[in-house]
Amino acid sequence: MATDLYVHPDYYNMDDLLTEEQKLVRDAARAWVKKEVSPIIDEHYEKATFPMHLLRGLGEIGAFGPYIPEEYGGPGLDQISYGLIMQELERCDSGLRSTASVQSSLVMYPIWKYGSEEQKMKYLPKLATGEMMGCFGLTEPDHGSNPSGMITNFKDAGDHVILNGAKMWISNAPFADIAVVWAKDETGRIHGLVVERGMEGFSTPEMHGKLSLRASSTGELIFVNVKVPKANILPGRSGLGAPLSCLDSARFGIAWGALGAAMDCYDQALRYSKERTQFGVPIASFQLIQKKLAEMITEITKAQLLTFRVGQLRNEGRATSAQISMAKRNNCEIALNIAREARQIHGAMGITSEYSMMRHMANLESVVTYEGTHDIHLLITGLDITGISAFTREAPDLSNMK
Amino acid sequence: MKILVCISKSPDTTSKIAFTDGNTKFDENGVQYIVNPYDEWYALVRALEIKETSGGNVTIITVGTAADDAVIRKALAIGADDAVRIDAEATDAYFAAAQIAAYAKANNFDLILTGKETINYNGSQVAGMIAEDLDLPFVSLATKLDVNGSTLRLEQEIVGGLQIVEANLPLVVSCAKGMAEQRIPNMRGIMAARTKPLQIVPAVAVDAFTVYESYTLPDAKKACTMIDPNNMDELVNLLHTEAKVI
Ligand SMILES: Cc1cc2nc3c(=O)[nH]c(=O)nc-3n(C[C@H](O)[C@H](O)[C@H](O)COP(=O)(O)OP(=O)(O)OC[C@H]3O[C@@H](n4cnc5c(N)ncnc54)[C@H](O)[C@@H]3O)c2cc1C
Repeated sequence: MATDLYVHPDYYNMDDLLTEEQKLVRDAARAWVKKEVSPIIDEHYEKATFPMHLLRGLGEIGAFGPYIPEEYGGPGLDQISYGLIMQELERCDSGLRSTASVQSSLVMYPIWKYGSEEQKMKYLPKLATGEMMGCFGLTEPDHGSNPSGMITNFKDAGDHVILNGAKMWISNAPFADIAVVWAKDETGRIHGLVVERGMEGFSTPEMHGKLSLRASSTGELIFVNVKVPKANILPGRSGLGAPLSCLDSARFGIAWGALGAAMDCYDQALRYSKERTQFGVPIASFQLIQKKLAEMITEITKAQLLTFRVGQLRNEGRATSAQISMAKRNNCEIALNIAREARQIHGAMGITSEYSMMRHMANLESVVTYEGTHDIHLLITGLDITGISAFTREAPDLSNMK
Repeated sequence: MKILVCISKSPDTTSKIAFTDGNTKFDENGVQYIVNPYDEWYALVRALEIKETSGGNVTIITVGTAADDAVIRKALAIGADDAVRIDAEATDAYFAAAQIAAYAKANNFDLILTGKETINYNGSQVAGMIAEDLDLPFVSLATKLDVNGSTLRLEQEIVGGLQIVEANLPLVVSCAKGMAEQRIPNMRGIMAARTKPLQIVPAVAVDAFTVYESYTLPDAKKACTMIDPNNMDELVNLLHTEAKVI
């Protein structure tokens, strides 16, 4: 990639709503990304390798569990700071943000919220620095949008349980030291278990051939009679609500992240359109280009307001899952559209790795799919406003109709 | 070693520059301030490096209002131990220098570092005035600074080469590019900055020697004049008569 000249668009002076510390956290993340990541991201993307050497740096800028309290080794930041860090990371690459999201919201969050004191002390401080990395196993080969149908299960065997099954599409799996795995007990109730690398019967083969999120490492989790000590089961919560609450946290971060990708695309398109001359004038002077740019900044500004408000609600502990779904869905959609329009503005240059739009565009196809597909989020909003679930083909239950 | 680092704010380089009050005041509307890069990247970081190798304390000082606390927190997050804000708008170089000198006089620092200039006014005056006020030696535009006991060895770039100077503590040094490498504040630093002391000191009375009469922006970029490659005479003529560069 050419020199990273990114300046964030702020049409409605959103910065005025941020605290000094939030801005400091964001600007530090941006400076780190520009220095350490922008120069190398394309090479990793092209070779489909995860930049392992960045893990410690991610820990240093607070990208791993920013809201984890200081007593567990986190920085104890608020939710908006978390969002801003995710925004800065995904502004550069969704894969980088994915690694941080998984570590923060899908590994540290459940341990913090549902773990025992011993589990928290054992894992959280090391996860916060990046010394230890985690992954989150919910999706299975035959259960994606419908995780409640999962077949991964464990059986009681005294002081430990025996875990069997397989998870697929798991970010960070190939290098993770621990996996927070969701599996059913003998009664069919879902629990979270911390499975550690090295436990017999546990393997994490890498998945290849992704044309999206190439700088992120994705794998399977395979459990063949894995003995997991009972002390590794998260005691605080069971049922599908437990993993879903983690997804709320992660989706919140994704809403900020996808917006970051959109802002990066817009920033480049605006700059390029003022520099590129055709028919004797900068292409920014054509109405059709201005329409694209004006619509981009309008969508970005709307998304910024949406995201900031969800951040406030989350800080107050009031954001509902459905509100977070709306932000995740909206921001992925506008980011994809903006990436495509920004790429068009760049003409042929837009398909090269000199610019990031094409990479963002391909990455966002994963982002719009994982953590609830675009349509699943629509159904969540639909359910929330009507009170009727439209997820299955069975006759709908109308008893909660609004 | 007790080190005082003078920190100034300057507008982010992407800021739109405009004026108000009949072109006598810089229009701060919508302007984001950053820590002046020469102060942050070179003076502050070199001070921290000295502290890390030979111990001591790094205090930062800025002359400014509460609006400037953001740049102070950033400097604390990068690693300064404590901060002083002289509670007044820094109206000109002399005012800022006089305030810093008054504070330094009462607090005995071994070394006072500044950036070589601020990137907004590019005046390069404050450090020299502080030295004068305190009657201390002054080395300007240093690109390298090594401490050897109470002696400093400093390098300065001069036209066509390098000048090496030795000076004894205490003294004032203005720092230029090359002195150190930028440090990005990490999360530990940002957290620690929350509780580091920031002392707010009232300004001392000083005379005002300058008044800003007016500001004007440079002329807008002119359209490019294309000249036929076969018509070198016209090019030379225009460079001579219009551009007046040859
Ligand atoms: C790069 C990447 C990383 C990932 N990382 C992780 C991870 O770390 N951990 C993890 O657990 N998972 C992870 N996932 C998995 C991801 O969460 C799932 O892919 C996602 O939930 C969708 O599941 P699926 O792929 O099985 O699609 P399906 O559920 O098979 O969906 C296929 C299509 O059917 C639609 N559909 C499904 N049900 C309905 C319905 N009721 N009504 C209407 N349409 C419907 C969907 O919207 C979609 O368009 C990752 C995925 C990717 C691509």
